[in-house]
Amino acid sequence: MEVQSGRVTAATFEELAMPLFDQLYNFACWLTQDRTEAEDLVQETYAKALRGFASFQAGTNFRAWIYRILRNTFLTSRTGLKATAMIPLDAEDADEISAGPETPESVLISHSEHKVVQDALETLPVHFREILLLCETEEMSYQEISETLSIPIGTVMSRLSRARKALRKILQQKLVRV
Amino acid sequence: MDKWTAQIETYVDGEISSAEMKEMDAHLRTCSACTADALRQVQFKRAVQSVGRRYTPSADFRQKVRQSIAARPRRPAVWFWLPATAMVLALFVAVALSVRDQRLALRNTYSELADLHVTALASPNPVDVISSDRHTVKPWFEGKIPFAFNLPELQNPEITLVGGRIAYLGQSPGAELLYLIRKHQVSVFIFQERAVGHLPKSDSTLQRQQETFNFRSWSQNGLHYFVIGGVAGDDLSKIADLFRNAG
Repeated sequence: MEVQSGRVTAATFEELAMPLFDQLYNFACWLTQDRTEAEDLVQETYAKALRGFASFQAGTNFRAWIYRILRNTFLTSRTGLKATAMIPLDAEDADEISAGPETPESVLISHSEHKVVQDALETLPVHFREILLLCETEEMSYQEISETLSIPIGTVMSRLSRARKALRKILQQKLVRV
Repeated sequence: MDKWTAQIETYVDGEISSAEMKEMDAHLRTCSACTADALRQVQFKRAVQSVGRRYTPSADFRQKVRQSIAARPRRPAVWFWLPATAMVLALFVAVALSVRDQRLALRNTYSELADLHVTALASPNPVDVISSDRHTVKPWFEGKIPFAFNLPELQNPEITLVGGRIAYLGQSPGAELLYLIRKHQVSVFIFQERAVGHLPKSDSTLQRQQETFNFRSWSQNGLHYFVIGGVAGDDLSKIADLFRNAG
């Protein structure tokens, strides 16, 4: 969703922002894990984005820009501060999380344990959860994720890899109990 | 972790170059372990993707946000359109008043000309110059009115020129010509356009029925013509057409 330089003046903020409304709300729900908080977050994001729309640079990615606003708004909220305080943001420098000998993917398919994956995703630390959602659900490229999270592409790759391994580990533990 | 294992994740994400993609495709055709790993990762992606699309906003909330962002960009438009609308409205009112004024002026002028015509009908001497010859009547007006005009040649035996006299519309002198069409009297008034400046100057024919008289009115070559008489509209038009063609 790259806005051409000539389009910024012609396109209204509403035309660009409203098509992303469902995705932003979904992402906000995953971050806050509370629908009321998610609504506040989305509303504040749209208000901030509208105020800052004049400074939005033509030729850059609008989707990454508004997702970045939503994420930054969340990180400075009480829930966001609490969520990030639990896990250090430089976790990619920590020891690798072992994926274990088992591969939960095949079990996932056979059991169709939708709820198990959902619970596992909710259990993930927020910086792992968000990068997985941006990559898998929002289908953002590494470059877009890099712009959204304001981190280098190398960090995107390593954090994404670690997020997947962490999710597999949680799934493994849950599936053992099933 | 060998080169292939390390690349499978970026391969599944579609984030490797086309050359690397071809290389990986070729490797997967020969390596069952890497193929199985790639398949598992694709399944994993799909599972997360499916679960990730979970929450849907309510229609009310969507509307609330839409309204909150729609109000601001439209505000300048309101400030722009408000005076623009006011200007259009003022223009419309001005045009409407102008049209109304013109209609009033026409009505007054027609009333005045109808009075002149009735006076001519009632008078034992309705004209000052009595002649059916246009070459007699036309020169009679020279020096008496501040303009010259052409009198049409009458080829229709139904129409006869009776004569003419000086007429005044407001303070402006003009010519009144009296014609007979099947024994009905018809007056033709000619004034300078500037003397009837408040009337429509368009070259189109104005047609109006005032009491028992029919009217034709038009502007041509700086002069304003009025044809008035108690005859059918078609007969009035015949005389009007004669003057239009002569003018």
